[in-house]
Amino acid sequence: MITFTQQQSKIPKLMRPVYIITAGVSKFDRAFPDKRTEEICIDAFTMASDMLDMEPAELKGYIHTCYYGHFADHFGDQLLGEAVIHDRLGLDPLGNIGVKTGGATGGSTLWEAVKAVASGYSDCTLAMGWERMDEVPTDEGNFLISCAADKDWESPLGHIYTGYYAVMAQKYWQVFGKEEDSFRRTMAEISVKHHNYARFNPYAQGPMKITIDDVLKSPVVAYPLRALDACLMSVGAACAIICDEETAIKLTQKSKNKPLRIWVAAGSHTLRPADRRDMEIPLLPNETAEQYKDFGKRFPGGERYPGFTGFLAARISAWYGYRMTGITNPMEDLDVVELHDAFTISDIQTYEDIGLRPYGYGRDYVESGDCYHINPKTGKPGRLPSNLSGGLIGCMHAVGATGIMQVFEIACHLWNRWAEMHGDEKYWKRCKRTKPDDWTNLQVKDAKRAMAISHAGVGSHVTATILMDADSLLKKDA
Amino acid sequence: MSMFGQVYVKNNQYKLKGDFHELTPNIPIRNADEGGRLMGVTNPRDMTYIHAYGGEAIFFESLAKGKLVASRCDNTKCKYKGSVWMPFRIYCPDCLHTMAVFDMTDLAKKTARIHTFMVCERSGAFNILDKPIKFINIEFDGVVTILMSYLLVGEPKIGMRVVPIFKKVDPTYTILDLSWVPEGTKEGQLPIGFSF
Repeated sequence: MITFTQQQSKIPKLMRPVYIITAGVSKFDRAFPDKRTEEICIDAFTMASDMLDMEPAELKGYIHTCYYGHFADHFGDQLLGEAVIHDRLGLDPLGNIGVKTGGATGGSTLWEAVKAVASGYSDCTLAMGWERMDEVPTDEGNFLISCAADKDWESPLGHIYTGYYAVMAQKYWQVFGKEEDSFRRTMAEISVKHHNYARFNPYAQGPMKITIDDVLKSPVVAYPLRALDACLMSVGAACAIICDEETAIKLTQKSKNKPLRIWVAAGSHTLRPADRRDMEIPLLPNETAEQYKDFGKRFPGGERYPGFTGFLAARISAWYGYRMTGITNPMEDLDVVELHDAFTISDIQTYEDIGLRPYGYGRDYVESGDCYHINPKTGKPGRLPSNLSGGLIGCMHAVGATGIMQVFEIACHLWNRWAEMHGDEKYWKRCKRTKPDDWTNLQVKDAKRAMAISHAGVGSHVTATILMDADSLLKKDA
Repeated sequence: MSMFGQVYVKNNQYKLKGDFHELTPNIPIRNADEGGRLMGVTNPRDMTYIHAYGGEAIFFESLAKGKLVASRCDNTKCKYKGSVWMPFRIYCPDCLHTMAVFDMTDLAKKTARIHTFMVCERSGAFNILDKPIKFINIEFDGVVTILMSYLLVGEPKIGMRVVPIFKKVDPTYTILDLSWVPEGTKEGQLPIGFSF
């Protein structure tokens, strides 16, 4: 679809306020030879109940329906894995459903859990996501991931998903990066930043102190993308508890967690990037048609939208999400974000899709230092820090859990519990990891509003999950 | 003697011949650090999927005949009538009417150019292309989409004119039967099995 009707442009509306009251994650790692999937799911659930200072059984007593994000049945060789986890969590005979939208599975799972509460069907829902990607060798894992591309038209071409992003990287580098080495270094800087932030996260799989040159010298996977430009392949779980207002207040009475308002908006685009027709750019509230008038002149070769340089699904999720919640300028209205950095290039593309920078200027979000916890250029707090968890490159990409892990992370900032949940020695011990001597508190001071972008395929599904402190809303009737 | 699984259709039903899977035993996974304690088990699986091309079969059949067929929406009521699609689609995504088959071989020979590309040094399991694989995305005049394929001769560059080549000898009847070479490539430079 390249034009939208009035009906399709309707701004989504929740029928009543919806809250996230707690969340939890497991350790993330490449493999868990010593654990079954239910063990990592229960690790995540137990953390969520601990954050409420509540026994798991007591929290379970409030859950009315369950939403399970688990993308790749074929990785674990278990269809209806959702039923296994639901049983092991002891939540039968409650209604439950599996959600799968590729890399966006976690975000989509939250989308369903939020709608169930908003509609009044349930007052308290569980959103739980996980992925088991260690039950096949890595090359077979790459094959299975490539099955998320079109199996007749794309997958046979190498059976490697990185390739589908690499063609985007090439086009973006030539058109918007103007083939400059400095742009390639900016891409690499994202990997350095995310691996470094992962060092302060006990749950993260890929902590590394590396340099831009390390990234640029890492093995080529699909030129121009190298191994350190890519996300991790992970095992792990994450969960969140979503409630109506009355339940949210009741369940957080003993907790440091303040109920946070939550909204999720979603977008999509063709599974095959090949099928993406040229169209006008749907504008975000902080953009005007004027600013894209001479776009082709400024960036020869970039006339086609979204072409191979933008993600319409991400743009549409932000288009709906910002209008739902009253966000007029994400750089001003948000305090922290977690973005789906499947690859360094897609992180930059997403900055533009969600309006952190205009199309063509995504690199400036990194080069200005705005994306850092502390801006290395000014020594002051970054204007809008991103991926302080380490993101998919440094923390994890256990597909079904990823979007929920991101929301756990941003919620920790809004609850002002990031330091506790990432710095307490007990979490490092639980994960059998050593807290670094230079561990740094990445809590974003006075954070009130945050967003997480969950993204699938080469942009086939994207969700934007927005959290706000209930006393810092931007729109009264949101 | 074993024989690869083969399938044909009779009376609109699949008929199967040969072996579709090999039985391999489960093998225990033991912990070498803990006296061989049992940790799990391997579950080998070797399966052959039986996949229907449906209305796209004409595209894959045509490749083996040296033709590149696209689809075109001819529905007079469609807002986007006349749109030509490559990859081939059975239905117009706008009006959901069946599209017409459109032979675009000559159009491809005259107008195909590289929109973007990448060079793939690694692959997933079951890849049968030689590495490095040169992925190219190809745009054509008058076609609303951009095809993903691969270049078999030369080095890709954005904007480079390319022409299609087809695996007419021992075709695989997959998308791999279509590849591309730079305009001006001679017949003798083509890989075995491929021709213009």
